[in-house]
Amino acid sequence: MSRSSLVFALFSAFTAAASGAFAEASTAPTPARQKELVHLVRQDCGSCHGMTLQGGLGPALLPADLKDKPAEGLTATIYYGRPGTPMPPWKQFMTEAEAAWIVDQLMREFPK
Amino acid sequence: MTSLRTLFAACAALFLAACAGQQLRGTGDLGMVIERASGQVTLVNTSSRQAYARIDGLGDLSHASVVYSRDGRYAFVFGRDGGLSKVDLLEAKIVKRVIQSGNAIGGSISQDGRIVVAQNYTPGGIKAFDAETLELLSEVPAEYAPGKYSKVVGLADSPGNKFVYALFDGGEIWVSDFSNPRAPTTSRYPAGLQPYDGLVTPDGRYFLAGLFGEDGVAILDLWQPEKGARKILENYGRGQEKLPVFKMPHLRGWSVAQGKAYLPAIGRHEVLVVDVATWKEVGRIPVRGQPVFVMARPDGRQVWVNFAFPDNGKMDVIDTLAGKAVRAFEPGKGILHMEFSPRGEHLWLSARDDNKVLIIGTERFDTVGEIAAASPSGIFFTSRAARIGF
Ligand code: HEC
Repeated sequence: MSRSSLVFALFSAFTAAASGAFAEASTAPTPARQKELVHLVRQDCGSCHGMTLQGGLGPALLPADLKDKPAEGLTATIYYGRPGTPMPPWKQFMTEAEAAWIVDQLMREFPK
Repeated sequence: MTSLRTLFAACAALFLAACAGQQLRGTGDLGMVIERASGQVTLVNTSSRQAYARIDGLGDLSHASVVYSRDGRYAFVFGRDGGLSKVDLLEAKIVKRVIQSGNAIGGSISQDGRIVVAQNYTPGGIKAFDAETLELLSEVPAEYAPGKYSKVVGLADSPGNKFVYALFDGGEIWVSDFSNPRAPTTSRYPAGLQPYDGLVTPDGRYFLAGLFGEDGVAILDLWQPEKGARKILENYGRGQEKLPVFKMPHLRGWSVAQGKAYLPAIGRHEVLVVDVATWKEVGRIPVRGQPVFVMARPDGRQVWVNFAFPDNGKMDVIDTLAGKAVRAFEPGKGILHMEFSPRGEHLWLSARDDNKVLIIGTERFDTVGEIAAASPSGIFFTSRAARIGF
């Protein structure tokens, strides 16, 4: 546990700058790409986090579960994965800005 | 003469239908397809290769699984939202439904058919229900250290009304004896790092738990559990860097064919072949992705493999005589699950993103039928009713 939180902290620091870019909203994915990302999260992240994101082998990803967690850290978790846990890195399949967009959506109410 | 007999048969059928509400029939060729997005299930017939009913109101069915009563009439459906539903396949309706916990991923039914057990992630543990009434009988919280609860994986029944399962966070295999269903007794065996799923061999003797946190599989001999769990296939990765795993493999419905077991490797694009007499690795077969289901046709001649994202449109078929994949194809988008007809002439595949179930002949690999279904996932036939470990 301590190892993964250390990795987590490192990644958080590492990516804080990058995900700040998303806040400026200039990098929001196109509507078509958003649809793909929503499908990916519901279906493929859903195999571990549950299709309704209420948790499974991976923790629940509902707004209430994430509200006290820094968005940059969560973005890093998605982009780089969490070594030593089943959470895999998704960087082959999305940009870091897209991972930040997913976190932003998760923290509100994730689209259906 | 023939036409008269046909006429008679037709009248008899009409009469029965009018009288009893439906014809008398067995359930050996029936089954269920989970439609995960809509919370529905479709009931299917493997002889006519058709759907015959659709039932809704089963809650969140992502990752749902099904076990059958020993008469093959009732399906127990375990949903992600903790719902446990008992469905009558003949009358095509839900006969009971309870919400048993926050987060269930599967279950199993006892040897005598009287106890249905659900395995839960949160709160981690198992719960036993009366198969008749779905009344809660007892529960075993997976508290592996004071105040620490583990997600439970790999629950399987074994002879003697025992259930075996593994603790993902606790790294142990537990055996709970439900001889007294209201007061189960549990034995614990250290297993290894992060067991992600488990299975009981078709003869009921061994429990295997695949490990995520280290290379290897933990095995417990249920005939001599006092010897404890040991590890097989240790270091199958030989220290090489693992590939990322975008979906956990499933072990239940695994394969034993011709004295060999075929198991998914974790973090490599291989199927591991193990001699079940010695539990030593005797080979590995390269495949086109991270295997999820590795399932033997009932006669053991073929082993069919599907894959994790992003290779989940592919299927490989291993010929167990040749010892290699002899068929590689892309039957549809988002292949989530598969089930053989009871004697294996057909394989039913769910193609989630094509919204259909495909029926494929296993000799000629031809598509012999398809059924429309909304985001289909698990396919479960009543032939499971008579199998140990389900
Ligand atoms: C193979 C299983 C698996 C898949 C697939 C998966 N995750 Fe995870 N995820 C996990 C696990 C396990 C954890 C918890 C890691 C830990 O113990 O710290 C996690 C953690 C997370 C966290 C951090 C949550 C927190 O509270 O700190 C986020 C965010 C997340 N995942 C998002 C995603 C997204 C988005 C996807 C799909 C693009 C995805 N995950 C796919 C297993 C998975």
